[in-house]
Amino acid sequence: MNNNIIAPENLVYQKSSLVKDNVMHYCPGCNHGTVHRMIAEVIEEMGMQDNTLCACPVGCAVFLYKYIDVDTVESAHGRAPAIATAMKRLHPDKLVFTYQGDGDLSAIGAGETLHACNRGENIAIIFINNAIYGMTGGQMSPSTLEGMKTSTCPYGRDVALNGYPMKIANVLAELEGTCYVTRQSVHTAAAVRKTKKAIRKAFENSMAGKGTSIVEIVAACNAGWKMSPHEAHLWLEENMFPFYQLGDIKDK
Amino acid sequence: MAKVKGAVEVDVNRCKGCELCVFACPSKVLALSQSVNDKGYAYAYMKQPELCIGCASCAYMCPDGCIKVYKIKE
Repeated sequence: MNNNIIAPENLVYQKSSLVKDNVMHYCPGCNHGTVHRMIAEVIEEMGMQDNTLCACPVGCAVFLYKYIDVDTVESAHGRAPAIATAMKRLHPDKLVFTYQGDGDLSAIGAGETLHACNRGENIAIIFINNAIYGMTGGQMSPSTLEGMKTSTCPYGRDVALNGYPMKIANVLAELEGTCYVTRQSVHTAAAVRKTKKAIRKAFENSMAGKGTSIVEIVAACNAGWKMSPHEAHLWLEENMFPFYQLGDIKDK
Repeated sequence: MAKVKGAVEVDVNRCKGCELCVFACPSKVLALSQSVNDKGYAYAYMKQPELCIGCASCAYMCPDGCIKVYKIKE
């Protein structure tokens, strides 16, 4: 029976042609792969493959250039918005976006991010918030939740010692230069579709020259959180969403 | 009423056995295999192929893009 269905004319969904055939180095179940696929699909649908420039971060997504078939520049840690600023100013007709994690964007790169957004550079920032430094072994990041255990706060984050978790997207939404700030997730198929729409809107804003767009994606780091991928998604729903509420924060 | 039938094709050696597709499937079609692929991961396969409706939820969730979805109307 299946042999009749599996035929090229019946194909309804497959990975985008912009996702290369290399096997991704991410841990099984990592949300980075899902977001990479959505970015590739949006670029393919917009027909912008030859006109896209990406500033890669430092973090797990450091090898993004191996997985998405667009022109990329590898930035120093946290400096992706500065690189993207230069690329967009020199090539205003190109689609320029950065792909950053929470350690990259809200810790070491907080200055670059704030000022790129304050200047209203016409770039899109894809921000993966998994509340942890995934690549280096699960250390505490600025967005780690209160009481959450990581390798550098094994008894849970103590706000008296480590400060409060930072909602950087809300901070950036206060700036005049940003035009679109949204918080999405990729823990269910419906959420993945919504995230894809948000990425599309951010990219269109970048091309229309409206200002900086930020798509924050609340993601799971199952290896860093020491859980199975499915358990990590349940933990995400239970603990992350009450603090990092999903939805559009700013849309002008 | 036209009946929709689907099928999925998993790129076995690309699959890392994260099981997200298994939990995403609304019809409980998929499961992880007893055998392993070249990398040593148990991979996803259609355990109950007759229940598939071709909704592509599994393919949307797959972080590695291993799943191709096919659909026909009878």
